[in-house]
Amino acid sequence: MTRATHPETAEMQAIIDRHLGMEGPLLPMFHALQAEYGYVPAAALPLLADTLNLTVAEVHGVKSFYHDFRDHPAGRHILKICRAEACQAMGANDMSARVLERLGIDWHGTTPDGDVTVEPVYCLGLCACGPAAMVDGRVVGRANSDRLLAEVGA
Amino acid sequence: MKIYISMDSAAKALGADQVAAAMATEIAARGLHAEIIRTGSRGMIWLEPLVEIDRGQGREAFGPVSPADVAALLAGTMAGHGPTETIPFLAKQTRLTFARCGVTDPLSLDDYTAHGGLLGLRRALGLSRAEIVAEVTASGLRGRGGAGFPTGIKWNTVLGAQADQKYIVCNADEGDSGTFADRMIMEGDPFCLIEGMVIAGLGVGATKGYVYLRSEYPDAIAVMNAAVDIAREAGVLGADVLGAGQAFDMEIRVGAGAYVCGEETSLLNSLEGKRGVVRAKPPLPALEGFMGKPTVVNNVISLATVPVVFEKGAAHYAAFGLGRSKGTIPIQIAGNVAHGGLFETAFGMPLGVLIDEIAGGTATGRPVKAVQIGGPLGAYFPRSKFDTPFGYEEFDGQGGLIGHAGIVVFDDTADMLGMARFAMEFCAIESCGKCTPCRIGAVRGVETIDRIAQGDGAAVAVLTDLCETMKDGSLCALGGFTPFPVMSALTHFPDDFATRKEAAE
Repeated sequence: MTRATHPETAEMQAIIDRHLGMEGPLLPMFHALQAEYGYVPAAALPLLADTLNLTVAEVHGVKSFYHDFRDHPAGRHILKICRAEACQAMGANDMSARVLERLGIDWHGTTPDGDVTVEPVYCLGLCACGPAAMVDGRVVGRANSDRLLAEVGA
Repeated sequence: MKIYISMDSAAKALGADQVAAAMATEIAARGLHAEIIRTGSRGMIWLEPLVEIDRGQGREAFGPVSPADVAALLAGTMAGHGPTETIPFLAKQTRLTFARCGVTDPLSLDDYTAHGGLLGLRRALGLSRAEIVAEVTASGLRGRGGAGFPTGIKWNTVLGAQADQKYIVCNADEGDSGTFADRMIMEGDPFCLIEGMVIAGLGVGATKGYVYLRSEYPDAIAVMNAAVDIAREAGVLGADVLGAGQAFDMEIRVGAGAYVCGEETSLLNSLEGKRGVVRAKPPLPALEGFMGKPTVVNNVISLATVPVVFEKGAAHYAAFGLGRSKGTIPIQIAGNVAHGGLFETAFGMPLGVLIDEIAGGTATGRPVKAVQIGGPLGAYFPRSKFDTPFGYEEFDGQGGLIGHAGIVVFDDTADMLGMARFAMEFCAIESCGKCTPCRIGAVRGVETIDRIAQGDGAAVAVLTDLCETMKDGSLCALGGFTPFPVMSALTHFPDDFATRKEAAE
C-alpha cells in the first residue's frame, strides 16, 4: 500500500506544495506524506519548515504531538485494536493480550519479520459491536484473537 | 424488488459488504429483477448486517444476515422481523435528526430532497440573519457535544462580532467511547450536516466551514468528502447557494489521533496546523476562533439538527423534551448490551428503561453492574441511579453528565478499580500537557490506584484529594472530568477497591 523507498526531496516538496492554498495546511501535508511513504520522513521536516516559515523544532513539535504520524515505516499489516471502555466491557483486554502474546510484541511493536504492527486505538465508533479492531483500514466488529491473527496472516 | 443493505461502518464490520456481494451474485444467478441500494444504518446494530426487502408493500427487515442466508432470503423462506418500522426498538423512537438515516442512499441528493432535505435551508434563505439565529434560540437546541451550551446564544455572539471573515467549524472528533452518533449521521445522511452548516453560515455571516473529522473514521471521511463534492456540483455549496446570492463553502479536514482535539480550542489549534494544545478562555472562540476570527464551533449532531428545526419550526422541536433539555437526543447504547444501537428519543426517558427495556440488558445475560454515561469522562452509575431521567440538569444533579449521550453497559464481571485506573491512564496518554493537574495528576493517579490495588488503604484519601485538584485546577474537561469516572467508581463500588486490600492482609 505504501512505498518504503528513500524519498526524494523534489517529490516530497511536490507533495507539500499541493496543499499550499489551504488555511492551516500542516496536518494535511503530514497526512499526504504519510499516505505516500507510510511514515513522515525526517528529511521532510526542513522542507515543511522552509515552506511554512516555521522552525524545524516547531514542525517536529506538531508531528510528535499526534499519535497518527510515524517517523519510521510500520509493518506490512497494521492492526489497530480498540482499548476503550465499550470494547473493554466485551473482553477487549483479554483479546488484545492474547494477540500481543501470540505475536510476541507489545503495543506499538512490529513483529521481527516486519509483517505486523499492532497499535492501540481509542474508539472506532463500533461500540455496539465490540470488541472492535481495524486491519489495514478495514473495520472488524465482534472480533476475537483467532480471527484477528488470521486476518494479518499470523 | 428493492433490497436495502447498510454501508455504515458498523454494518461493514459485521459483514454487510460480503452480504451485498453474495446478494448481487444470487440475484444474477436467479435472473431476478432486483436493485440493491446501500443506505446508512437504522441503528439496530445487533441486527446488522440488516437486509430490508421491498416487494412493493414496504420494507421488511431480516437480520443478522450472513452470506449463507442469501439464497433462503431471496426464496422467501427466511424468517424476518416484519415491517422494519414496526420493530419495537424503532417504533418507540422519535426520529427528528436521524429521520433519514438508514432510509435513504446517503450520497443521493435526489433521495435527500425527496425525504425533506433542503426544505430547512430554503426556508432559512428567506429569513434575515437575526431571524435565523432567533429560530435556533427558540428551538432550545443545546450543544450535543456534551457541554450543553445553548446553540442560539453561541450563534448570536458570532453574529454580533465584526470581522472580515467568520467561520463555521464542525467538531466531528467523536472520540468518546460508547458514542457513534456523529459517525452514523456522517455516513448515513451527510447532506443533513452540510445543510446545517450552510444554515449556520447564513445565520452568522460566515462563508467558510470546516469539518474536523477524526482519522479513526475512514468511511465517514470518504462519504463526507463525496457529499461535499456532490453538494458543490449541485449548487448547495459555493458562491451562490441555491441561486439565492449568498456564499458558503466547506472542507473536510482529518484529525490525527489526538483525543484532546475534541476540546474546541485544541481542535482550532489543530485545524490551524499547530499542536492540539488547549487555549485558555477567554477569548471565546465565538470572538477569536479559527485564525483569530469569530467562529461557531458546534458538534455534528447540533449542526445536523438545525435542518429539521427550520423544516418543522422551532416550536415543533422545542415541544419535545424535559425542562431545559428540549427536543430529542440520539442515545447510543453500547458495550455489553443485548440490543445495542442508536435510539433517538425526547429527553426525559429514565436510564433504567433505556437499559433494561429498550436495550434488553447485557449481551452476556449476566446482571448489569454499572453503566458509564458520556464517554471516558463520564461517571459510572450503579443500578440505584437508574431512575435518573435522561436530561442535562438531571444527570448533573446525580454527579454525572450526559456528554455526547453514549451509554456503556458493563456486566457483573467488570472490575471497577481497573476501570478507574484506565480512566487515569487514558488521561495521561491523551493529556495535551498544557496544565499541570492533568499532565502530572493523571500519572500520579495511575500510581495511586496501583497502591490501593496493592492494599494501601491510606492511598484512597490521596486519590480523593488528587481528584479534587484535577477537577478544580485543570484547564479543560480532560483533566477536569477524569475524576468523574474515578470517583464514581470509588464511591459506588467500594468493594472493588477493598477486596485486594483484605486479600493482602
